[in-house]
Amino acid sequence: MREVIAFVIMGIGVTFDFLGCLGLVRLPDLYNRLQASTKCVTLGTILIMAGVIVFTGWNQIGVKALLTLLFILITSPTAAHALARGAYKAGVKLWDKSVCDQYGGEEQHEEAQN
Amino acid sequence: MVILVFTIVLLISTLLCLYRIGRGPTPPDRTVAIDILGILIVGFCAFLSIKSGRDFYMNIALSWSLFNFLGTLTLAKFLEGKGFDE
Repeated sequence: MREVIAFVIMGIGVTFDFLGCLGLVRLPDLYNRLQASTKCVTLGTILIMAGVIVFTGWNQIGVKALLTLLFILITSPTAAHALARGAYKAGVKLWDKSVCDQYGGEEQHEEAQN
Repeated sequence: MVILVFTIVLLISTLLCLYRIGRGPTPPDRTVAIDILGILIVGFCAFLSIKSGRDFYMNIALSWSLFNFLGTLTLAKFLEGKGFDE
């Protein structure tokens, strides 16, 4: 019973991983790709680690899986944030059909609205 | 058996990441794909650990996630065109 619950959690996590990587290939823009892939792959790997904890219980593997879960939960959005900021400063253009650019200041915001 | 299926699905995801690393038009695209690839390798280490029952694969996963974070931050600051001390 415990293994079945662990495999269900891991299956959801692997599905999220696959969908995130599919978004990494399919989406048109750097920022769209960053959003889809980072959020989906972070959640997927966290669910895989939770499945490992349920599968093995509180031994050495489970405690290290808990540590890895917390570490990925903290660091992966931070890395994605720094990466998006660096890419914007490096001058990567938005997609043609993007509606709004709120990071670029008031002028570009009004331009995008008009 | 179930773990084998999960590993194959993760392998397909890794191939999609490698496609984006090879194809990506700009350097930030490749950096995003490298970041995602590092997090997928952590998932591989978890599956390897519960398949073999040994715990040092989780050590590899923990340290891999640490160095993946450091590498991504370094590449982001490099793309931003600033120094590392501000």
